[in-house]
Amino acid sequence: MKNGLRSARTWRRISTVIAATAMVGGALVACSSTGTGSSGSSDDVAAALAKGGTITYWSWTPSAKDQVAAFEKAYPKVHVKLVNAGTSNDEYTKLQNTIKAGSGAPDVAQIEYFALPQFALSKSLVDLTSFGFDKLKSDYSTGSWNDVNIDGGVYGLPQDSGPMALFYNKAVFDKYGLTVPTTWDQYVADAKKLHAANPDAYITSDTGDAGMATSMIWQAGGHPFTVNGTKVGINLQDSGTKKYTAVWNQLVENKLLSPVAGWSDDWFKGLGNGTIATLVTGAWMPGNFEASVPDGSGNWRVAPMPTYDGKAANAENGGSSQAVLKQSKNQALAAGFLKWLNNSKASTSIFVKSGGFPSTTSDLESSSFLNQAPAYFGGQKINQVLVDGSKNVLSGWSYLPYQVYANSVFSDSFSSAYTNGTSLDPALQSWQKALVSYGNQQGFTVTGK
Amino acid sequence: MTTLSAARRKGQSPTARRDRKDWKGWVFIAPFAIVFLAMIVVPVVYAIYLSFFRDQLVGGNAFVGFANYVSVLSDPKFWGSLGRVSLFLVVQVPIMLVLSLIAALALDSARVHGAGFFRIMVFLPYAVPGVVAALIWGFIYGDQFGLAGNINHLLGFDLLQPLSSNWILGSIGNIVTWEFMGYNMLIFYAALKVIPTELYEAAEIDGAGAIRTVFSIKIPAVRGAIVIATIFSIIGSFQLFNEPQLLKPLAPNAISTYFTPNMYAYNLSFSGQQYNYAAAVAIVMGIITAVIAYVVQLRGTSQENR
Repeated sequence: MKNGLRSARTWRRISTVIAATAMVGGALVACSSTGTGSSGSSDDVAAALAKGGTITYWSWTPSAKDQVAAFEKAYPKVHVKLVNAGTSNDEYTKLQNTIKAGSGAPDVAQIEYFALPQFALSKSLVDLTSFGFDKLKSDYSTGSWNDVNIDGGVYGLPQDSGPMALFYNKAVFDKYGLTVPTTWDQYVADAKKLHAANPDAYITSDTGDAGMATSMIWQAGGHPFTVNGTKVGINLQDSGTKKYTAVWNQLVENKLLSPVAGWSDDWFKGLGNGTIATLVTGAWMPGNFEASVPDGSGNWRVAPMPTYDGKAANAENGGSSQAVLKQSKNQALAAGFLKWLNNSKASTSIFVKSGGFPSTTSDLESSSFLNQAPAYFGGQKINQVLVDGSKNVLSGWSYLPYQVYANSVFSDSFSSAYTNGTSLDPALQSWQKALVSYGNQQGFTVTGK
Repeated sequence: MTTLSAARRKGQSPTARRDRKDWKGWVFIAPFAIVFLAMIVVPVVYAIYLSFFRDQLVGGNAFVGFANYVSVLSDPKFWGSLGRVSLFLVVQVPIMLVLSLIAALALDSARVHGAGFFRIMVFLPYAVPGVVAALIWGFIYGDQFGLAGNINHLLGFDLLQPLSSNWILGSIGNIVTWEFMGYNMLIFYAALKVIPTELYEAAEIDGAGAIRTVFSIKIPAVRGAIVIATIFSIIGSFQLFNEPQLLKPLAPNAISTYFTPNMYAYNLSFSGQQYNYAAAVAIVMGIITAVIAYVVQLRGTSQENR
């Protein structure tokens, strides 16, 4: 879940060192027997659940423990070993190592949407169409279902989703007479007005974030990454991308962005004390506000994403799925657990209760979810705004089959633009160059435009 | 030490040693040898093996000979990172060692009140885990709400920007100095303690003052310790990793993924799955470190023997 991901991100980066150390041990332990289970039909899933067995599940979702407990209660013969193998990149590193070692991988693992293609295309995941999971399409929001559909296969079931929205501090907006922007031009105007009125205050903070940039390009209608098997096209100067930089460059070049790194201690304080007035991010954010920005309570509101031309358009930011590993010796049982985990009311209700933003349409449309009016957001029915936003997510976006790496080197290309306040376009070109050369080194056929 | 005892035994009974094969010796060093073999030799050999291959996400594994090494030697990111730690080494290590030496001499002079307390306080940062230390300093360096930010607010302008690109190397140097000064001080202090007191008496009779004693007796006597501390510090500088890696989330635009050679190798293998290339980077870096450390040792000891 992105929720947990974000709040834990700072700690995650800190713990990379620990993870690296643990890795050495992990790699040694991983050298035991190898096994590949057989895949099967939906009947096999039911049979496997009845027969029982033990499976391992890697996840950093805060509600995972309760979900596993509820599952074991419903299927007493199945034992699920829940392992928190780290958040996001930490987990992917371990996952990649176990895949490379040929053993030690879990049966089911949490994988964010941006990382899913990487594992799917390297043939590490089970295509769940063999269990008839392609028929579950109508149960999920369009955006999240697209995210698990890779190259004609279904490689995971969506857990949560992150349709974007504009979170804004109403107290700051009232104080400086700002209008809640519906277009990006208004957003830039607000940014100038606010910073002129109070030099300590900024419309938002951005020190360069790959997830944010790709989502913004997505929302602008860009398709910088095209993937067809191992043929990859990268064009980080397409019309959508240029639409995004045309707006964002104004903020970067005029130093209208707070230079505070996201998810840092300073950042949370800035969100609380009004020096960071808005946040453009995924629908999983409210839980983080309540947990980490207590000072902002009552001040924050949610509005739809500003657009370029007044026509509603949205993108996803973050979100996770769960997938079955090819290495699993009991793929049918793993699939059974996965289906219960992300496709049963019993499980998703636990997830929603923990503050997650679901991907299942039944939860998204339930009146109890839509009518939640958290006091933190001044009693606003924020889920209605967020769910509305999820309906406008543009289709046709795809991430790179090596997006985990791409995101990790993002700041190498963007640091000087953000530090010196220069155009993002040369940075995008330099990032593209790095991605083209990495992709070709890794055996893809990458063409950059 | 082993050569010493072997030589002594040889002197005692040169023939007796032949009957008893040296398997007993092996038993004694076995605990060390096994760990050394499993944790140092095997991984290094494995890394060398890895460095001759290229494993791709698409297309699998292939033997590429020295191709990875050729790439490393012409990789501007690698040389850039090496240049950065070299600059760090040239500036930070002398400052740290001089401070450590001054602290050790102060302790040894017996003119410091509460010497035990002083010793503990200087040494304490070394006992703080590096991860925690970098976190603490991260809070102090915060230019919005950290101590640096508070000072800037007080002054009314941005005097301190420890997390900016221009300052970051110095900021890291400051952390490392704070962390390891006490450790090096202890090495020097221990060396000072074993200087025979007759030397001091002789110096006093010759009419040498405190300063003269320091430069003519104390510093020459601890030269060996200084060489050792320098070598440790050189290795430490080339292996710089924890501090920049932990400060990266706070200063993402000042610290790149190839800020130091170790960070570069780490990011190559753990973000990019380029294990083979990372292995080549690690081997090249290991060789460079070994050569420089060896040169320093040679120079240091030759001067000592002069």
